[in-house]
Amino acid sequence: MNSAVQRLPRLLALVPWLRTHPGVSIDDAADAFAITPRQLRSDIELLFCCGLPGGSPGDLIDIDLEGDRLTLRDPQTLDRPLRLTTDEGLALLVAVRALADVPGLSERDALVRVQGKLESALGRPQPAQPAVSVALEAPAGQAMIGLRRGVDEGRRLHLSYLGAARDEVTERDVDPMRLLLKDGHWYLEGWCHRAEAVRLFRVDRIEQVRVLDAPAAPPPFAVPRDLADGLFQPSPDHALIELELTAGAGWVADYYPCEYADEQANGDMLVGLRTPDFGWARRLVLRLGGRARVLSPPELAAEVRDYAGRALARYAEGVAAEAEKMAR
Amino acid sequence: MTQAKTERLVNLTLALMAAPRFLTVAELGRLVQGYEPDGTDTGGDAFRRMFERDKEELRELGIPLQTGPVDALWADELGYRIARSDYALPEITLDPDEAAALGLAARLWSSAELAEATSSALTKLSAAGIEPIPPPVGLEARLDASEPSFGALYDAVATHREVRFGYRRPGGVEAARRLQPWGLTSWRGRWYVAGQDLDRQAPRVFRLSRITSPVAGVGAPGAYQPPVDLDVRSLVMAADPDDPPVTGVARIRVVAGAGQRLRHGATQVGSDPDLLDVPFADLAGFADLITSYGPDAVVEGPPQLRSLVVDRLTALAGTSS
Repeated sequence: MNSAVQRLPRLLALVPWLRTHPGVSIDDAADAFAITPRQLRSDIELLFCCGLPGGSPGDLIDIDLEGDRLTLRDPQTLDRPLRLTTDEGLALLVAVRALADVPGLSERDALVRVQGKLESALGRPQPAQPAVSVALEAPAGQAMIGLRRGVDEGRRLHLSYLGAARDEVTERDVDPMRLLLKDGHWYLEGWCHRAEAVRLFRVDRIEQVRVLDAPAAPPPFAVPRDLADGLFQPSPDHALIELELTAGAGWVADYYPCEYADEQANGDMLVGLRTPDFGWARRLVLRLGGRARVLSPPELAAEVRDYAGRALARYAEGVAAEAEKMAR
Repeated sequence: MTQAKTERLVNLTLALMAAPRFLTVAELGRLVQGYEPDGTDTGGDAFRRMFERDKEELRELGIPLQTGPVDALWADELGYRIARSDYALPEITLDPDEAAALGLAARLWSSAELAEATSSALTKLSAAGIEPIPPPVGLEARLDASEPSFGALYDAVATHREVRFGYRRPGGVEAARRLQPWGLTSWRGRWYVAGQDLDRQAPRVFRLSRITSPVAGVGAPGAYQPPVDLDVRSLVMAADPDDPPVTGVARIRVVAGAGQRLRHGATQVGSDPDLLDVPFADLAGFADLITSYGPDAVVEGPPQLRSLVVDRLTALAGTSS
C-alpha cells in the first residue's frame, strides 16, 4: 500500500490516538504512526479543516498545537478508533493462538485471555480453522520452563544435550543469553562453558535442564549472533563438500543451504555445501545410499567407503555366525 | 488520494456518524464539505459517481456503511448512515500480563503483509488506550514468511480467488498449477498453501518455497467457497513426508554408546541395552536412516529392511569414489 492510500485510515486513527495521548510531541506522534514529523504536521493541518456538517467553529475537529505539543480538544464523532479489519484481527489472533499452544511459555494463560478479548472485540465469530494458521514447535514444557527461568533470572543452566553434529548426549553448563524461535524451531543461545564459545542449542534436543545457583555470566565479548540471514551461516573457512546428486537425492539441494546447485542436462544436480562438521557430511552421504557421489574432498569419499565397508563386514559376520549355528 | 479527497472522505465519515437518520445521497451532497465547491448540481451523474466511489473506499477500509429507508412512510427512498456502535472498536481492557502477552504475539511476524496488518491493528488499540508491553529481553519469537509468493497467496486466500503458479518438487520438473487456495499454514517453520487443485480435481498441498513463478490471480474474487469442514493443518500434516504414520517395527543392534537418536522412541529388547525395537513409517526411508549410521547400527530384521540396507552399503562401498 502506498502512503496516499494509507492516509485516510491513519487520520481516522490519529484523532482518537491524540485523545489517549494528550500533550504528546509531534516527533513522538510521528514515530507512533511511522511517518515523518512533516507528514504528521500536514495531517494535523488537514484535520483542522474537517468537521461535521455546518462548518461553524464548534463543528470542527479541534486540536491544540502549542510549541510542538498536541492536545485534542474536540474529536467530534471520532472519539474511538475504527474496529479492526479482518486482516488486522487475523494477524493478531493467529499470532496469539500460535504462541498460546507452546507448552512451558509462562505467557500462555494471559495469551488465552487476550485471545478471548480480541475475539469478542472483533465481534464476528472466528472460524476454528482460520485462513492463516501457524503450528509452532512445541518442545517439552519442562525444558522450556527451566530455560525460561535461566533467561529471566540470569542463572547458569546445566544441559544434557543430544548434539546434531555428533551422535551423543553431552553434559554442559551454559550461561543463557536468549531463548528464540527461528525458522520454526526454538533455540537457546548462550555461552557454552564446554565449547568456550557462543552456541545455539535446539530446545527439542535438550534432554534435561537444571537451573544452577550460579549467576549467568557470559564474557563481555560474547554477543548474540545476527540471525537475519538464517541459522546456518556457512563460513568460507568451512570445508566445501561437493556432491553429485542423482534422482531421489534432489531434496538435499532444497533442504540445505547450498553454495551452488547446478542442474545437469540429465536431471542430476551438482551441489556445493559448506560445513564445519565432517561427521555430518559423512552421515549425509551414507544416508543417500549411493544416490550421491562425492566429488570432493577425497577424504570424505574415502571415509564413506570405509564406513560402508565396515558395516558390510558386520553383516557378513552376522551371516557367518548364522551359517555356523545352522551347521551345528 | 488528493488532499481534497481525503478531507472530503473524513467529512463524509463524520457526517454519516453524526446523522440522526439515514441521509439521502442528495442530502449528503448538500451537507458534506467538499462535494460542492460551487454549489451546483448535487443531483447530477458526475456527483453520484463520485459518491459511489467514496462509499466503496470507506467500505474497503472496513467502515460499516448502513443502507436504509430515509422515511418509514416512503420506504423506496434509501439513504446512508454509520452506526457509531458498529464503527467503534469496543472497549477492551488488558491486565498487565495480558499486555505483555500481546506484546510478545505482536512481534511474531516478520513478513510484510502480516507485520503491516499487525502494526495498523496496534495503532488502533493504542488509540483505544491499549499499549502492549514489549517482551522481556532474551525472549524472541519470530516467524518468517519471506517466500515471494506469500503476499499474493495471502490475498487470494482472503478473497477466494483462483491462482496459477509454476511449481517444482525437488528432482521433478516445473509444471504450471491451477489452485483455488483455501488456507495458508506454517508447519515446522515452512509455509504451505492448501486448496482445490483444478487439474487434479482434488485437495492438494503446496510448499511455498517450491513455487517457481510469480503467483497470478485468475478470474474474479469470490469465485468459490472453501469447504466448511476445512482443516488445512491436517491436510498439510498428512502430506508431510517427515511425519507419516508408523507402519512397522525393526530390530536393530546398536554399538554401545552410539545411536543416541535411534534410541529415542525405541524399546529395549530384553536386558540387552544395545538391542532395540524401533518403529518406522516408510521402509525405504528407514533404510536410508539406518545406513547413515554405518557400522554403528545393524539390522537384525525384518529381512526386507536388511537387504535394502545391504544394497545401499554395497553401492556406497563401491561407487563413492
